Amino acid sequence: MTAPAVLPKLVGQRVRRREDPRLIQGRGTYVDDVTIAGLQHLAFKRSDIPHGRILSIDTSAAEALDGVEAIFTGAQIAEFLGPMPVPTPFPAPEHRAVAADVVRYVGDPVAVVVARDRYLARDAADAITVDCEPLPAVVDPEAALSGQPAVLHADFPNNVAVGPLPAGTGVGRGGQVDDSAVDGAFAEAEVVVSQRMVNQRLAPTAIEPRGVVAHFEPGKETLTIWSSTQNPHILRTHVAALTGLGQDQVRAIAPEVGGGFGAKINIYGEDLVAAAVSKRLGLPVKWVEDRSEAFLATIHGRGIIGYVDIAARRDGRVLGLKLRLVADIGAYNMLLTAVVPTQTMRMANGTYAFPVVRATLTEVFTNKTPTDAYRGAGRPEAAYFVERAMDMLAREIGMDPAELRRRNFIQPHQFPYKTQVGALYDSGDYEKALDRALEKAGWEQLKAERDAARADGRLVGLGLSMYVEICGLGPSARLPNGGWEYSQVTVERDGRISATTGVSPHGQGNETTFAQMLADQFGVPLEHIRIHHGDTAVVKQGIGTFGSRSQAVGGAALHLAGGKVKTKMAKFAAALLEAHEGDLVFENGRIAVAGAPAAGKTFAEVAAYAHRPVKLPAGLEPGLSEEAFFEPPNNTYPFGCHIALLEVDRDTGEPRLLRMVAVDDAGNLINPLIVEGQIHGGLTQGIGQALVEEVVYGDDGQPLTGSLMDYAIPRATDFPRFELDNTVTPTPVNPLGAKGVGEAGTIGSTPCIVSAAVDALGGFGVRHIDMLLRPEKLWRIIHGGNA
Amino acid sequence: MFAADFEYYRAGSVAEARELLAAHPGAKLLAGGHSLIPLLKLRLAAPAAVVDIGRIGELHGISNGGGALHIGALTTHAEIAASAAVNAGAEALAEAASQIGDPAVRNRGTIGGNVAHADPASDLPTVLAALGATFTVSGPDGERSLAAADFFQGMMATALGEHDILTAVNVPAAGSGSGSAYVKFSHPASRYAVVGAAAAVTGAGGTCAGASVAVGGATAVPVRCASVEAALAGRALSADAIAAAAAAAGSDFGDDLLGDVFASGEYRKAVAPVYVQRALTAAAERAG
Repeated sequence: MTAPAVLPKLVGQRVRRREDPRLIQGRGTYVDDVTIAGLQHLAFKRSDIPHGRILSIDTSAAEALDGVEAIFTGAQIAEFLGPMPVPTPFPAPEHRAVAADVVRYVGDPVAVVVARDRYLARDAADAITVDCEPLPAVVDPEAALSGQPAVLHADFPNNVAVGPLPAGTGVGRGGQVDDSAVDGAFAEAEVVVSQRMVNQRLAPTAIEPRGVVAHFEPGKETLTIWSSTQNPHILRTHVAALTGLGQDQVRAIAPEVGGGFGAKINIYGEDLVAAAVSKRLGLPVKWVEDRSEAFLATIHGRGIIGYVDIAARRDGRVLGLKLRLVADIGAYNMLLTAVVPTQTMRMANGTYAFPVVRATLTEVFTNKTPTDAYRGAGRPEAAYFVERAMDMLAREIGMDPAELRRRNFIQPHQFPYKTQVGALYDSGDYEKALDRALEKAGWEQLKAERDAARADGRLVGLGLSMYVEICGLGPSARLPNGGWEYSQVTVERDGRISATTGVSPHGQGNETTFAQMLADQFGVPLEHIRIHHGDTAVVKQGIGTFGSRSQAVGGAALHLAGGKVKTKMAKFAAALLEAHEGDLVFENGRIAVAGAPAAGKTFAEVAAYAHRPVKLPAGLEPGLSEEAFFEPPNNTYPFGCHIALLEVDRDTGEPRLLRMVAVDDAGNLINPLIVEGQIHGGLTQGIGQALVEEVVYGDDGQPLTGSLMDYAIPRATDFPRFELDNTVTPTPVNPLGAKGVGEAGTIGSTPCIVSAAVDALGGFGVRHIDMLLRPEKLWRIIHGGNA
Repeated sequence: MFAADFEYYRAGSVAEARELLAAHPGAKLLAGGHSLIPLLKLRLAAPAAVVDIGRIGELHGISNGGGALHIGALTTHAEIAASAAVNAGAEALAEAASQIGDPAVRNRGTIGGNVAHADPASDLPTVLAALGATFTVSGPDGERSLAAADFFQGMMATALGEHDILTAVNVPAAGSGSGSAYVKFSHPASRYAVVGAAAAVTGAGGTCAGASVAVGGATAVPVRCASVEAALAGRALSADAIAAAAAAAGSDFGDDLLGDVFASGEYRKAVAPVYVQRALTAAAERAG
């Protein structure tokens, strides 16, 4: 092994992503690149009405097409595939992957075609005729609570899926409610701000839509499933259970995954149908979602109405918060649907020491695509409601919005801090992040510039928001499939290192960050390390990548597994060197007694010895491979402060973002370059929600934003250069002190954009503007007053 | 995203393309493919046959003669945007072409395919209406030339018959003392025009000798804003005069306004004067 004389420490360095060259050059292998001899293709016939009773399905014309292998209606699928998995702790209606009797949203599958090629599969699906008796479409979630104009699921009267579920001050363990403290706080208030806010539906829109290849091999009795998923191990669990196979018989592979944003956590009906059909027919099958399908068949995010009330004194001291939530969850419960809005309740405190908090959640079925986790999953909604309301309070009492925040922060000495709604914040220094952001933005100067621009007749506004969120999901008590993570580290015979991780990166850069960690841990070059992931036959156990858990949970498991190997390797080295293992250091590709590197052995020499241990040191087994599970004792709670300067065109209402400053605290950083990339992406989606993205349904339940011609995703050219900085408040809940950062940008940015727009248009008497900030909406505020 | 079956023919000449159209009723012409292919993939169009004219050399390229730019129907947006002749004689056209889609679209999409598709939110029809372009059509009865007002007949509808082929677009080249500009309000998703305004101004010595203005996006076909043109003719090309003239833009739109979830017809009509003003201001500056 040749290594530089001195290897640099890599943790904390801006190491370029090792993943990028293959992805940028188009050399990645995605699900759609997988092919198998005899592969058949699936196409789904989907409902084109939002709600209706299936009277009959005629598949005869489709079956007559040459090359059509099989067609299954929902009723036929139900004979060999059980209901969809819903592991959340709330009652859920039965949901079939392919509807058998009632369709409940546009896009609900009613039949599946198996055919020789994709074109033929589509032809056959188009040739199926479905006779449906239309039922009234439930579109407005609040109107739906009266059971009008229809009830989606008979066992869920008034379309109530969950709730009303109370949390916070005065709510007992059994759910009994005592309003006295909350009522008292509001009675004592000098000022109360109250606002209904809509956090609109979004389409996650990964650049790679979903896809699946399922290959059941008769004789071997094994099923291999390739899927564009964030969590192959959880997919394996559910596929095995639903196809009647053992987990030993199922191998799930997540090859390159072109973005997930939470939408690929879910276990989808198409994956289960592909597995079940492959098993039934004994043939490999493939289904790849097209873009039009993705807008209907992949879960949506957000879609929640918040009624926010803050009680305060005129000096800015907050006295209490009430947050009543109505979540429009769509037609069915998916994997995590019901728990996503509970995260909004859980983060109702934000960064503030509200003396009393009451949150209440109701989840409602509507005839729309189901919602589930989308980047931030419940926390952006909480930050939005609380931060917008804090901004309204600042305007109401005429206080600088930064000063209002400062007066109400949970203080550093109060951590760990148990909030009124039950979250246990691990660590934090909110004022430090605020001050860093104010300094970075030049807050006082910005205010002066804004005022000068206004004097010139321009509509310029400033927005500021704090956020705190939940990362590092688990622990196991909070997740239906467990909240730990797994890793195995192997020092190979030649001194190279192979490591596996149960997280399944799809943009997070763990092939780079985890190699950085191991390089430092073992004192070897980054190039000598490979990180393997996304295949249940290679990675023995795992949970997956979501909830900003890769580093905080997966990284911790890697660190522990690496430590075990290192301990064992030191014993081999000690035997070779006739030294005490406690005196050895691993650095620069050598293992040696501290201070005497020349007398040591190379890393490869010790690795070779461990694999041919002649003679074997007492008490040791041969080999250098160890595994670890890490169960986090708590979540981490990263935080930050975002500031936006925005201008609205007086003549047309078009908003333009002029500056975007983001200060984030994710604890210790392994790779600041990758962290910045995550924040850039998060900011883009967070700002996108404020400025361009919205899933719109017509009053008849038909989707009106079903393509990228109608549904906008933000582009780099829409934005100024993001101005980033960070503070570092390590977490005590894992050995790395890393908190996680995948969702942060999405959480802090949205409210500050809206607050900036309200600030810009404050002269027109507006207190709040619901997203999205369509130019026409802003133009009507400026010119009509009838927004 | 999987087209229905169709037969594919490649034509080597305009004459052969016409023969293929005659032999295959309902056939669609394929040029750069950036309008037709999406329709096929979405199965919004399912012709029995597609006649590919994309490699007919005689339909390709830009020439300058007789006071006009002759732009072959297969000339791509990228070629138009980069053309010195177009940038000199029809700035608005180069400006619009440079804003269509993204580089991949501009490298494949053609002016002929674009205008034959006649999307009401498309950029080029608006510019061509303002610049007084004519459209050369080769049909069973020979060749004919149509003005924009006659060529664009409705949403996705043109004067092209089933056996017609658009062969060229001719744009009068602006002389000295003239300038043109195109300014658009892009839809955030499609980047098509919510409102697109094209203006051409002749203004020797700072007085408007003639202006032509068209607006697209708000109506089924581009609207020539006669009121704006009349209000500006003979006036000094001052900011105030331009603003006052542009304010009349909406009055030429009629009652059939286009709207969608992003922008209502009322709003499009209301902001059109702003974009007309911007286009006129830029055109007047170029007229210098």
